[in-house]
Amino acid sequence: MEVVSKKYSHKNTGWRLFLSTIIARAYPRIIGQQREISWMVFEVVMPMLAVIAYVFVYRALNAPEEYIGFVVMGGAMTAFWMNILWSMSSQLYWEKEQGNLALYIMAPNSMMAILLGMALGGMLATAMRAIAVTLLGIWLFGVTFTVSSYLQLFLVFMLAMIALYGMGMMMASAFLMFGREAWHIANLAQEPIFLASGFYFPIKSLPFWVAAGASIIPLTLGMDAMRQLIFPTGVKFGFLTVQLEIAILAVLSVVFVVTAKVLLAYVEKLAVREGRITESRR
Amino acid sequence: MQTSTSWRSFRMAAWLGWVIESNWTDPFLFAVYSIVKPISGAAILVIMYGIISQGNFDSALFPYIYLGNAFYIYVGAVMTGVSWAVVDDREHYKTLKYMYIAPIHIPLYLLGRGVARFVTGSIAVFITILAGVLFLNVDINLAEVNWILFLTTLIVGVVMLALLGLLLAGLTLTLARHEGFIGEATAGALYIFSGAIFPLDVLPAWLRPIGYFMPTTYWLELLRRSLVGNVAQAFPTLANFSNVQILGIMLGLSLFFGVVSIYVFRWCDGIAREKGLIDRTTNY
Repeated sequence: MEVVSKKYSHKNTGWRLFLSTIIARAYPRIIGQQREISWMVFEVVMPMLAVIAYVFVYRALNAPEEYIGFVVMGGAMTAFWMNILWSMSSQLYWEKEQGNLALYIMAPNSMMAILLGMALGGMLATAMRAIAVTLLGIWLFGVTFTVSSYLQLFLVFMLAMIALYGMGMMMASAFLMFGREAWHIANLAQEPIFLASGFYFPIKSLPFWVAAGASIIPLTLGMDAMRQLIFPTGVKFGFLTVQLEIAILAVLSVVFVVTAKVLLAYVEKLAVREGRITESRR
Repeated sequence: MQTSTSWRSFRMAAWLGWVIESNWTDPFLFAVYSIVKPISGAAILVIMYGIISQGNFDSALFPYIYLGNAFYIYVGAVMTGVSWAVVDDREHYKTLKYMYIAPIHIPLYLLGRGVARFVTGSIAVFITILAGVLFLNVDINLAEVNWILFLTTLIVGVVMLALLGLLLAGLTLTLARHEGFIGEATAGALYIFSGAIFPLDVLPAWLRPIGYFMPTTYWLELLRRSLVGNVAQAFPTLANFSNVQILGIMLGLSLFFGVVSIYVFRWCDGIAREKGLIDRTTNY
């Protein structure tokens, strides 16, 4: 009895609790998910099927080789968008369905830390899948990359990820307000986003205002900047300059993370006041 | 009695499927939802084509890609519509066990569940083709369409896809954790090997035989030929075959896959019953 009470006598509070919550929520995504190896196979195979199909379309059209590279890169980045839709935006909804959300809200930890843990874990786990898709693309189609600035590439990727997962955290609260619509809305936000964000072609090909509107999704500018930085002729396909895209991504990062915090506070308040948000309605 | 049970199973499943698919929102949003996804998929291909061809939509390759992609909507809709019913009923609604003890015919129940997606898929196919004719120069002359060939091919193809869906439903019954991927992965693979959006000759030579063995390859070819005639016949893949020959091959392969599907479903169904998998949920 003494041992038990000693073990549980120490309780993290403040920033330690915040940090341990992030790690605890990231753990199942980074470690737990790897235990189901066959899932990883499927999550690599599914984007690869689309990549292969689009590569052969470009081959049938005798397109320049850069386009094959664009498709491979777009295919790799779909892993992040799918992760945002199904494992960030819909996650609190799933938790509600399974009855965990009430426990999350009752526990003395911050919901923001839970969302950050989900984001961190999802980002790292998805990066492995994206790397696998890229390597497969390189191997199957002989795609070559020539990085013009590693520093800018790192900055673009990190900012795109922060903005994207900030958007995911924001959408997680919004999706919670939906009922059965959540699944359908996540399902709907696939092909239209692949189209608007230029996953398989340069976004510059779309009318300016369409491309500008699509830039609200961080992957749009992130991919455009990365294409400019990793393909020798990428600059001529660029929508905006890399510097400007970095600046916009930085603004989006702040906006999405702050909005996520505000929305989350609202959802928590609703959960406490109305006692309705955590009930599972199939 | 048997006939009425079968018909009732199919009819009620079709209605149930429709209600599940459509009643989560108002009809307008549902219509938008049903149309936006396939139109977006087609638009990706149109833009890819437009960039490389510099807007030349008169090439024979464009209707090949566009119509192949439009009719391929049926593959995803019908095939996965049938197999997804197992996941939906077992994992989500947890009602599959009740369906099994109810006086219904399970294979027909599952086939009926695919009807709703067939209906929404048909609307999406129609709108996609209409957009192609109105805005993208896809030249379909209604007076020159071979309607008999078109309707025969469409009906045989949809039945074939439903039976393939039954095969996947059988496999889904025996799987845990991956059941959601089975339909999508199969549809994705068929997208490549059926020559849906590029002629099979573009594939490496060692992969082409897979495409030649798929009934969907001949199904899509006949649908294109019935609608745009000579344009579709311009590609070398099946240029040496007449419409009747392709129809014969498609019927033969559909029959083969249909029989295989029924036996695989029965086999998997038996395993699922013996191992108690009918009411197993994984929460994945």
